[in-house]
Parts: sequence; structure tokens; C-alpha cells
Amino acid sequence: MERRDFLKMSGIGLGVLLAPACGRAIAAEELLTRLDAGLKKRLADTAMTAAKEGGASYCDVRIGSYLRQFLMTREDKVENVVNTESTGVGIRAIANGTWGFAATSDLSIEGVARAARQAVQIAKANSKLTIEPVQLAPVKGVGEVSWATPIVRNAMEVPIKEKIERLLEANAAAIKAGASFVSSNLFQINEQKYFASTDGSWIDQDIHRIWAPLQVSAVDKSTGKFRRREGMGAPMGMGYEYLDGRKEDKLALPGGVIGYINSYDMLEDAVAAAKQAQEKLKAPSVKPGKYDLVLDPSHLLLTIHESVGHPLELDRVLGYEANYAGTSFATLDKWKSKDYRYASDKVTIVADRTQKHSLGAVGYDDEGVKAQRWDLIKDGILVNYQVIRDQARILGLDHSQGCCYADSWSSVQFQRMANVSLQPGTRELSPADMVKGVDNGIYIVGRGSYSIDQQRYNAQFGGQLFYEIKNGKITQMIEDVAYQMRTPEFWNACSAICDERDYRIGGTFFDGKGQPGQVSAVSHGASTARFDGINVINTARSLG
Amino acid sequence: MSIYSEQDAKAILDKVIKLSKADECTATLGGSVDGNIRYALNAVSTSGIVSDAELGVQVAFGKRVGTATINEFDDASLEKVVRRAEELARLAPENPEFVPAIGKQAYAKTKTYFEKTAAITPEFRASVAAASIGPSKEAKCVAAGFLSDGARFSAIANSNGNFAYQTSTNLDFTCTVRTEDGTGSGWVARNLADVEQFNAADEIKVAVQKATASRDAKALEPGKYTVIMEPAASAGLISFMMFGFDARQADEGRSFLSKKGGGNKVGEKLYDERVTLYADPADPVAGVLPWDNEGLPRERTPIITKGKVEYMQYSRYWAKLKEKKAVGQPGNLIMVGGDKSTMDLVKSTKKGILVTRTWYIRMVDPQTVLLTGLTRDGTFYIENGEIKYPIKNFRFNESPVIMLNNIEEIGKPVRVGDDESPFVMMIPPLKIRDFTFTSLSDAV
Repeated sequence: MERRDFLKMSGIGLGVLLAPACGRAIAAEELLTRLDAGLKKRLADTAMTAAKEGGASYCDVRIGSYLRQFLMTREDKVENVVNTESTGVGIRAIANGTWGFAATSDLSIEGVARAARQAVQIAKANSKLTIEPVQLAPVKGVGEVSWATPIVRNAMEVPIKEKIERLLEANAAAIKAGASFVSSNLFQINEQKYFASTDGSWIDQDIHRIWAPLQVSAVDKSTGKFRRREGMGAPMGMGYEYLDGRKEDKLALPGGVIGYINSYDMLEDAVAAAKQAQEKLKAPSVKPGKYDLVLDPSHLLLTIHESVGHPLELDRVLGYEANYAGTSFATLDKWKSKDYRYASDKVTIVADRTQKHSLGAVGYDDEGVKAQRWDLIKDGILVNYQVIRDQARILGLDHSQGCCYADSWSSVQFQRMANVSLQPGTRELSPADMVKGVDNGIYIVGRGSYSIDQQRYNAQFGGQLFYEIKNGKITQMIEDVAYQMRTPEFWNACSAICDERDYRIGGTFFDGKGQPGQVSAVSHGASTARFDGINVINTARSLG
Repeated sequence: MSIYSEQDAKAILDKVIKLSKADECTATLGGSVDGNIRYALNAVSTSGIVSDAELGVQVAFGKRVGTATINEFDDASLEKVVRRAEELARLAPENPEFVPAIGKQAYAKTKTYFEKTAAITPEFRASVAAASIGPSKEAKCVAAGFLSDGARFSAIANSNGNFAYQTSTNLDFTCTVRTEDGTGSGWVARNLADVEQFNAADEIKVAVQKATASRDAKALEPGKYTVIMEPAASAGLISFMMFGFDARQADEGRSFLSKKGGGNKVGEKLYDERVTLYADPADPVAGVLPWDNEGLPRERTPIITKGKVEYMQYSRYWAKLKEKKAVGQPGNLIMVGGDKSTMDLVKSTKKGILVTRTWYIRMVDPQTVLLTGLTRDGTFYIENGEIKYPIKNFRFNESPVIMLNNIEEIGKPVRVGDDESPFVMMIPPLKIRDFTFTSLSDAV
């Protein structure tokens, strides 16, 4: 599920005494520092030796520096500039067939060795409660290798002043275009992760992510009505170049909407958001009923995330998340039948940790497994799940799919969602052409409210912009739209998907899972897709 | 060990304040020891202890503010963190909404610390897991649960001579019990400061009973129903509503509490007259620290009295601008109720639905606080004062503002936690008419 972490994160700017949520606050230039790879190898080798001497049959070591910078502005003001850094080591060991984990911020040789011994002790203590010993799918050691997110310009290297100016410029443009209020933020993340394991791997990775959320509000004081329009920028696995707003990355979409592919024009979007927020104030309310929905990728990403990504996580299917995130309707018997029709035959959905510019792209996961791409749903049939090393055998696989991730050096790595994406249609089809074929429909752009049950059957989604489609034409903007769906029926109602020219990725920084909770960042790609006969409700209410 | 005594905490904070060369300096020091155990499929999956402490230093030169934190407290580290905050402040743009540090305050001590909770051992956590797994297995059910507990200290100080220190404890337990065939599911949750009030064996009986009783659920048509919301079921809706109580948002026209033409609705009656909500840091069951995030003293604060909005949350900047007194922001939320239990409310219900738990609650329209979410882990049909049969889960689309106008009966408040809420809450079971369910869910 997506938790309310963004609200919590925004809270950084509110409480004077509130310490940053993600580590210690540091000076901006320290965001550019790196731990020496040689030192990391010495520390990792120390830990692995200590674990083996303690009786571990396997050990992996993650030395991580998690660097973050958050810039927050509203209208003509800078609300906050926060730099945080968190560095430490997490050590996982198997002893007596059981996992043990310990973490420390003490990066001395003695500190790391102590934590390794502690991990083994915990494993031995927990082994008394073990029902079945851990069985890891094999991984061939890769020796000393490195991987980095392919970025053009490290956002951490861009002077704060330059970044602030860009945000304030967008805010000013929104106000000039009639917005009542505007806030814009810039979140930059750099995970410097070193992984080593007794399988013979020493992997150094440098992962970058960026997100520039924008929120524009229009208030009509005479009626007391207010409406928001969120920005169309996506969180991406890119550097500062994502904010270049290149012409070739823009798509002219129905309703005058502009879509962004691999770079974002925040200034342009701020102006559009201001105008559309005002338009939303006057837009008529939707008439509830069945509609054919034309869903833009900026909207569809969250539907894919909730109704395909999560139910196909094997730990949920098995019951490990039953107490919080829930289980899954996509049970193993459905997969074993080899003919469970999850979706219409137009639908192929892939999991992909190699996808360029995506949030989930890595060279190797947090247990040293090389990033891969595989089908989850092939021509509408459920064909696979997402697994890590100790789950692979349950599916009869001889390898892990590389879905292991921890959000900090101090968190235990576990199964997290890969980038999960809908494949574009093979027939040439643009969003404009798709609209032409719809008699009674709604075109939905952007992510709004979202909610799904604990087995991922019943979901409700809102959006940012809604356009009525009548007889193949967009007639007007409408408001108060949400659709309710049951996952298999919804995906089986997919009747067309635009081609690859329309393919875009979006995503989330804050996918929450586990107890204690961890967040992960994941992307979802799609081209505009059509779903027939979907139930739309009207969400307008009166408080009297 | 990362729980410092008041004397040790004060010594560190005094040094920090003295080291600062800025116009003003505010420092916070906190530490905690948190333990947890997690189990699923009737076996323990993870268990651990995390011990941590952190010092936060905020300094200001004029309206330029810098913040830095550190988790080492030797003299060199203290000097380093103060200089780093000062350096960041010098680089920062002026904050036009800057408000100077608060003056020296008087804080009344509140009851937030229970020795026995602080002394919870790994063996105790394992016994809670065992107490959940054993009875579940016997009943042909599968338990998945999580127990987390912690002890912490919090200390604040600033260059105006302000200082405060207090310790606190907490315990949060949740367990989902599902029948082996996956056709029934029950849930129980307890949130406490005092472990002596906790008995895992008693709690788990409720979850097992609900799991086995919820098999073979019937489908009812979506629509408007009278519902009995258990305290944990309505807590998520009520806490979500509190986001709208921010005075600035309301004054700017961006809240359900915004007034047509400008200003906010403080003083207006928006709820049933039986609805009274307040915050009180000294509550004997749901006590919280006697200061807020800005160091302002928390007081007993009426929020809604007999249906009338009495309170809006002002930041110190917004309070100054609007010439209001800035008061400590609530850390808890207490709803006044009567003496009846959930089952008493069931007995007085001719036709209705009992809701154990609500799930994945999200804002649909902030204009009306319309929320959507689902029922989960124990939803039953009530007829003539008795639970008749289990029913399939529903999705709801409802506003807590409307919900708190449609009150039929209010029971006895109990302490509840919500992992997505900033509040400790005391919420009663509520009987509500015309609660809006919009679709059925097949999820168990």
C-alpha cells in the first residue's frame, strides 16, 4: 500500500523541533562525499569472517550511505532546506538454518565484527522456533563489480540556490496564471550501497532518484469551493536532467493536456495546473453510471501498482503480510492452473528491475542477485510472481528474481515490488485515436485518491483531471469522478492499449510494507489504455 | 543504553546552548529502546531490538535558520553539530515566517512512563507470540501478529533558559487470525502505555472467535446502514478529519472548516450535540508529553464541545499574524462517551452492521472530508440485538463530519492506536445511522 508518508515527510517543514525523518542533517557539500570502496571491502570481509567463525553458513553485509535533500517552497517563500545522511552496516547471517540480523552505525573493524557475531547469535536463538530451515536459491558470486544509475547531472551537485530559483519561478508562474496557492518541492535521493556476501560478491552501487512534486490550489471565496491540481512530474531514477523539460519528451494529449516522458517542464506544468485548477472549480459534476474509461499512464500507474504489483508479491500470497498489508486473491492454485485469466488477451504485464530511468532500476538487488525482467501476466494469463532467494523454490524456480530491498542499512531486506509495467499495444494507436472510438466515456489523467482491500479485489481510484467523452469527442471537463472496480473484471475489460509512442513511466517514492514499516520507490510504465463498462461514482457531498 | 537521566540530558543540552554563537539556539535530545516481535503462518518471522539516541540543534542568525543532528555526544561532536547548524543557517535564505524561540515555560508533568513496560524482555515478546499461535492452531486458524514496545526519554532546551525532560513508554499489539481455509478472518489490537493492562491470551480469544465466526459470509446489498463501529474502526476516520483543523488552511479557504467569504468556522455547530472531543496531556490512560513540537506547553484543550467547533490549530507564525494566542498543539484526542460496551450497543440495535476494523482509508474530497476505505477482519449483521451472521466486507464512502452528525449512541471510550495517525486516541464504540457503503468486497 501507499502510506501517508508524504504527509509525514512534508511535516519536516512544520515543526521547529522535529528532527529530519531520514537520518542526521548535514551540510549540503557533505552530500557529495563517498566512503572509500577499499574500506568497505575490508569492513565487509571482517564481518563475513566473524560470522563464519561464529558458525554462520551464509552471511551478507550491506554498508550503506543514504543521502537525501529536500527543498520545500510555497508561493514566494522557501519553507525548508533539509539535508540528511544515514550511514551504517546491516549484517544478515544464516546459522542452524535460520536468519539473524544485526545493524550498527559503528563502522570500526571491531564494531562491524561485533554486529556480525550478534547476527549469528540471534540466528541461533531464533533457530529454536524454526519450523523449516531457510533454503536459498543459488547465486553465483560476481566478484568485485559496480553499478550506477545512468545520470547526466547529479542533482546533489547543483547549487541549492539554482534549485530554489527554479521552484520559486514555477510558483510565480502559477500565481500569475491565477492560482490561489502553490507549493513546489524537490526531493533528491542518493543511495550508496555496498553489498558483499559469502557467495563471492562485492557489489558497489550508486543509485539516484529525483522527484519534483507540485501542488496548485484554486479557491473561490464567494462559493467556499476549492480545488487542487497536482503536478504531472513523475518521480524518476534520473539526475537533475529530468527537469530539463525537453521538447521531444512532451506529448500533446486529448483535452489540451501535456504528457511528459523522460523530462519534465515544471514551469509549463505550473501554468497548466493553475488554469486547470480554476477550470475544476466550475466543471459540472459527473453523472454516476457505467463508462468506458480512457486512462492516461499518469493515472494508470497507481492502478497497476495496487491491483497487479501488490497481489503478485509472493510473500503476500503466502500469508507473511496477513496482519498488515494483507494477503492476495492471486493464489498459487490460480497460477498453477496455467489458464487463470487475470486480464484480457491485450494485456501483458512485466516486472523489470533493469528499466532505464525507473525508480526500481538497480544492477543487483539487496541479496546480490542481478537485475532481471520477466512476465507476470502474459496475454492476460497469470504466469509468475515476484520472489527473493528464500522463496524461489516455492515456485520451482532455480533462481531468485532479484526483488530483495531494504530501505536503510538498519532495516532487514525483504521482498519488495519490482517495476511492474503494462506493455504497449502492438497496433498503431494514439490517445487521440482511442478517444475517437469511445461513445460514452471519461478520459482520466493524473493520480488522485486510491484505496484497495487487503486481498486486492475491490479498489476505488480518483484522478486529477476528468474529461467527458461523447461520441468520440471530448466535450468538457467534469468533476467528482471516482471509479470502483473488482480487479479481474477490470483488467478483463481492457479493450485497447496505445502504442509505444505513448509509453511513459510514473511511480511512487513511498510504497509502504512490513512491520516495522519500510518504504521503497517503484515505477510503473504504461501507454494510455481503454477499459469498457466501468462503474463510476459521484463523490460530491454536502455538509449542509 | 540510550535512555539518559534528566541530569545527563541537561548537562548535554547546557553544553550545546553554551557552544552556540548564533542569535538563538534550540536543542532537543531524545533516545529510545524499541523491541518488537513479528510472526506469521503460526511461526515467528523476525524479532529485534533497536537502541538509538539523537541530538537536534537549531540555530538562527536573524531570520536565517539552520538545523543539524548527531548521534554522538562527546564534546567534539557537540561542537561539530553546533557549528554545522550555524553554517547551514548562514547559507539559508531568510525565512519571512520566522518566529523567535519560545521563552522559558512551565510544564506540568504527565503520566507517560510505566516501569514494567520499559522492562519488557525478549522472553516476554516470545510469550506473546506463543499466546497468539497456540490458541490459533487449536482452533484450526493461522495467526499473524506484531508486538512493538518502547521506552524513551525526551528533553528540550533553548537559549532563553527553557528546559524540560520526561520519559515515556508504549506498547502496540495487533494480531490477525485467519481460518486455515482462508474463509474467515478476525483481528484484535491493543495500544497501551502500561503493559500491566495487557493480557495477550485474553486478546487473542477475540480474534480467534471473530475468525471462526466470520466463515461463510453472506453478501448484503451496498447502501446506507446503521453501523456499530468498534473504537479502532472509527479512529482512522476521526483522526483523518483532524487534518482539516489547521487554521491557516481553513483561513486560506482550503479546508472543510473554511468559511464562505473568508475565515474559519470556529464557534459553529457542525456535529451532533453529543459529540465532544478534547485533548488533555494529563489524561490518565492516554497521557502524552506536556509539550508540543515547538516546545509550547500542552493544556487541556476543547476541540469540539457539544457539536460546536472550539479549536483551530495555529502555528506560531499564523497565530502571530492573526493575533491569536499560540497554544501547544494536541498530542492526543479524547472523545467523550458513556459506559456502554460495543456489545451493549449491539443489544440495543434492531438492524445493523458491526464493523471490527477499517482499512486503507484515503481522502476522496477534502472539501467535505469524504473518505473511502473498507471493512475488514470481522463484519457481522445484527438483528434484534444479536449478531446474526457474518457478512462480506464493504467499501465505504463517508465523511466523518456526516458520520458524527448521524450518531445514535455512544459507548465507553478505550485507548486506540492508529499507525497512520499522529495522535494517541480515546475513542468510544459508536452507533451511527445511514453510514454509506458503496460496494462489496470479496476480500476475506
